[in-house]
Amino acid sequence: MNSAPVLEVQGLKTVFGTRDFAVHAVNDVSFSLREGELLGVVGESGSGKSVTMMSLLRLLPSPPARIESGRVMFEGQDLVRLDDASLREVRGRGIGFVFQDPMTSLNPVFTVGFQLMEPLRTHLGFDRKAARRRAAELLALVGIPSPEARLDDYPHQFSGGMRQRVMIAIALACNPKVLIADEPTTALDVTIQAQILELVKDLRHKLGMAVVWITHDLGVVAGIADRVMVMYGGQVVESAGVDALYENPTHPYTRALMATLPSLDGTRRDRLMTIAGQPPLLTAPPAACPFAPRCAHVHDRCRMANPPLIEVAPGHAAACWLAAPGEGVQNGV
Amino acid sequence: MARYALRRLLIAIPTLLAISFIIFALLDLAPSDPTANLPLTIPPEVREKIRLSLGLGEPFVVRYFKWLEQFMINEPLNVLEQWTGWTIGDSENRLRVLSWATRSPVTDLIVERLPQTLWVVGMSYVIAVLIAVPIGVISAYRQYSLFDQIGTFISMLGFSIPTFFTGLLLIVIFSVWLGWLPSIYDTTHVVRDWDSFVFQVKQMLMPTMVLALANASQISRFMRASMLDNLNQDYVRTARAKGLRERVVVLVHVLRNSLIPVVTVIALGVPTIFGGAIITEQIFRVNGIGQLLIIGIEGADIPLVQTLTFIFAILIVVFNLIADLIYGMLDPRIRYD
Repeated sequence: MNSAPVLEVQGLKTVFGTRDFAVHAVNDVSFSLREGELLGVVGESGSGKSVTMMSLLRLLPSPPARIESGRVMFEGQDLVRLDDASLREVRGRGIGFVFQDPMTSLNPVFTVGFQLMEPLRTHLGFDRKAARRRAAELLALVGIPSPEARLDDYPHQFSGGMRQRVMIAIALACNPKVLIADEPTTALDVTIQAQILELVKDLRHKLGMAVVWITHDLGVVAGIADRVMVMYGGQVVESAGVDALYENPTHPYTRALMATLPSLDGTRRDRLMTIAGQPPLLTAPPAACPFAPRCAHVHDRCRMANPPLIEVAPGHAAACWLAAPGEGVQNGV
Repeated sequence: MARYALRRLLIAIPTLLAISFIIFALLDLAPSDPTANLPLTIPPEVREKIRLSLGLGEPFVVRYFKWLEQFMINEPLNVLEQWTGWTIGDSENRLRVLSWATRSPVTDLIVERLPQTLWVVGMSYVIAVLIAVPIGVISAYRQYSLFDQIGTFISMLGFSIPTFFTGLLLIVIFSVWLGWLPSIYDTTHVVRDWDSFVFQVKQMLMPTMVLALANASQISRFMRASMLDNLNQDYVRTARAKGLRERVVVLVHVLRNSLIPVVTVIALGVPTIFGGAIITEQIFRVNGIGQLLIIGIEGADIPLVQTLTFIFAILIVVFNLIADLIYGMLDPRIRYD
């Protein structure tokens, strides 16, 4: 897992809105993705997970969204500054994207085969016959029975799980180096979710691609990720290897998230744990720690300055003043 | 699909019968006198005899069924005979729907008038659709741009200003002040060579543009709204994420979806072509179907008005069906079998 980074994001800032009113949805996010790595991105709704990933490929409607600063390095090119034609070459070919809701993410008036063949013909220059053959292979790869016949079916003739498989097949069509999956199982029921997870785990080893898996389910991340990035208020608050994170969660938000997980064998509590308060409104760039209003361990410094990511162990960083060496408290709070 | 169409056509029969009865009854109940336009010197007894000779002495039900027979059986048979040259039964004495004012068969009058209406009104509709679809697409794609603002402004004008006003305005500007275009449509004009063709284009220009503006305003608004609905859909983002060109995303993925409701609007507008733009035809003196209807109403020519109105009803029913069938072809989620 020590291979070179295939995708490197530095200081990404994305803002929605006009001069008068703005939402700072992504604040100074940096991370890198190594070849073949599976990075789990967790956080509650509105924490900036999806917006960050869509910013990478400039998929957000602009206006109102705009990328204020930052670099997204992929294959030696900065995607933020790339011209449209070259960016199209990256979309679908270098980086595949799977969206959250399979019910609406496919075009209802075109056959699944047509939609699956589009990237093949656009990026790889396949002719009709070759594209069709490859499309059938892809459907077989994602586990759709009698793929040849199903190419001529329309999306409404597929179930939700099947449609998500089709979406994955589309994303994988051109053998991308990176697959970004934006909550691909959220809209599906639990058994289908497990199937999709297994499928991606399996395909990732088969095809040797790096995966970014966005979710708000810590259980899912524990099962598949190599490394986890926790996001809150549009920034990365903790980043660690999956084992390190679960053994030693450092940021109070990560800990709180883990506390909300209902435990299977522990004592049964009357109510599910929640984190009190609301996620912050990101109408201004954060001057203080965004989690401060909800944090159980908040002190003056948190309200005065936004903590940077501080390394607590090799490959494990948290954006919390409590993790700073001077504070000296890492576990005992 | 064929079975569905057949079923719909069968359902259309009772619908049309009901419509025919309502039309007939309404016109019969309306106070009108076919002899009212005759000179005052004609004495009342003669007027009464004229009325009786037109069949007005018969009871309402008898008149209704006779008209129904003439319209539903005799006229189609006659059309068939004219097309094929056959003689079916006693065609000499078969009673056709006759106009009270001219004593000639109503169908012949309509056939005479139809080409003018189809040329002027039909052409204006085709132009309207050809203009409206691209305007709607661009306006939606560049929402709130200068193009969209101008398009919205012109649509609002076309929507809100009645054709009798735009028609008169154009006549005043281009016929009276500038003298470029004729204000009266000459039906007898025959296109023989380039010059006569140019004249034909010139005389069609104003009525066509007046109607095209009104229709295009409406259709382009529908197109724009439908495009806006679809541009924000998730599948558009998927298409972009696949690395497709923006042109393909908009003109293949979005347009196909957006056309579904608009095609219905366009198809339902077609009967109005045959109905003729009554007011516009009147203003530019295009002697088409619309003008025929006005003359019929003014002269209390009940059979003419009944027949024309009923033909419009048939067209509306038929194009409703066609709209539904096209809908089914464009949208795979809709299946009629």
